[in-house]
Amino acid sequence: MAVNKNNVKIHVSHLKKNFGNLEVLKDVSADIHEGEVVVILGPSGSGKSTFLRCLNRLEEITGGEVIVDGHDLTDKKTNINKVRENVGMVFQHFNLFNNLNVMGNMMLAPTELKKATKAEAKENALRLLNRVGLADKAEAYPAQLSGGQKQRVAIARALAMNPDIMLFDEPTSALDPEMVGEVLQVMKQLASEGMTMVVVTHEIGFAREVASRVIFMEGGYIVEEGTPDEVINHPKQPRTIDFLSKVL
Amino acid sequence: MIQILTTYGGLLLTAMGQTLLLALCGLFFACILGLIFGLLSVVKNRACNIISIIFVDAIRGVPMIVLAYFIYFGIPYLLNTIMGFGGVTLSALQAGTICLALNCGAYMAEIIRAGIESVDKGQMEAARSLGLPYWRAMFRVVLPQAIRTMIPSIINQFIITLKDTSILSVIGFPELVNTAKNVVANSFMSFQVWAIVAVMYLIVITILSVLAKQMERRLNRGRE
Repeated sequence: MAVNKNNVKIHVSHLKKNFGNLEVLKDVSADIHEGEVVVILGPSGSGKSTFLRCLNRLEEITGGEVIVDGHDLTDKKTNINKVRENVGMVFQHFNLFNNLNVMGNMMLAPTELKKATKAEAKENALRLLNRVGLADKAEAYPAQLSGGQKQRVAIARALAMNPDIMLFDEPTSALDPEMVGEVLQVMKQLASEGMTMVVVTHEIGFAREVASRVIFMEGGYIVEEGTPDEVINHPKQPRTIDFLSKVL
Repeated sequence: MIQILTTYGGLLLTAMGQTLLLALCGLFFACILGLIFGLLSVVKNRACNIISIIFVDAIRGVPMIVLAYFIYFGIPYLLNTIMGFGGVTLSALQAGTICLALNCGAYMAEIIRAGIESVDKGQMEAARSLGLPYWRAMFRVVLPQAIRTMIPSIINQFIITLKDTSILSVIGFPELVNTAKNVVANSFMSFQVWAIVAVMYLIVITILSVLAKQMERRLNRGRE
């Protein structure tokens, strides 16, 4: 879990994002280093998901600067597809491709984008499925999987592109309680292997145990940040204290 | 009735063949037009959206019989007499195909637009987040899912188009209705001839519906 402070993977400065007249992100700046696991906490509507979605430009950026692996996302000349190949994303609602089975889901991007031959992609997919404990589900369709299984496949699918960075957008919020553990387990394992991760979640336990840094957002700003111990156990800002008192 | 069938049966069967030929030609181009204008209506580009809306609304707002006359008589007149090209002719099959393709294409565009919009937008986002470009995500992930929901509507539209070929009797294409009119004129047996024609349409469309149901079931198998 070595954090390499010399290597900034994501640099965000004065990021703004408006939806029409609604200012969702007002002024957000952050640097995320190689090997860091950054957990973003905050009430709903605080802009944390929007912030995450700006990091691979699933949301158009209104203002400020986002630099991912040296690529300026606000520059129109940046090939966003190339950047995204290196940045995996896991969604709240899994978003597995319903028309493809598990194997098809895992192999689509690597083969379409010529990252691997069919045989290589298949081998890699099986290895990743093994890792998330779902090798026996390779031929199943998404509709035949439980929520926890879907999310583990979604993580494996993102990993199939060999990303440097993984973004998690409330990965356990749509799961039945008994399935949360299996997904967090996979994420912990990933963190321990040194993956750079940005995680939006309501799982305070996960933040406390796995995060190298916790960011608390509210109203389109970063209100407080620091180690899990600083932010979760000894918060200084009244709004952080208030939020934590409600969720802990 | 027997007498009609023995005397004119072959003629009517040939005419049914012509009806099917016309429907097939029209549907082929309608699918292409429908896909193009359907996609134009969902891309994030105002100009493309407007082009699609204009096409669909214009075709929907004109009765097909007017469209048929316009294409078969109006267009050659425009080209030859008004613009002075001279010698431009359209066969009834060509004009009929264009007419059906435009008419059915507009409705197909609407079916395809609705089908694409029915697919959860998370599917496109997930595909894009893996680095797939928009059109590859569309063709590999979104459209295959959209098509499954569109199939019943598309088949319904195919059946409507097959029946609409009868309207093209007005430009003299020798399809079933046009031929039947001539048979009636020769034989004076209106009831028998039109009953036979109705049954012929009924048989063909029933076969088509059954095939469609089977195809729908096959597409859905194992993916519920």
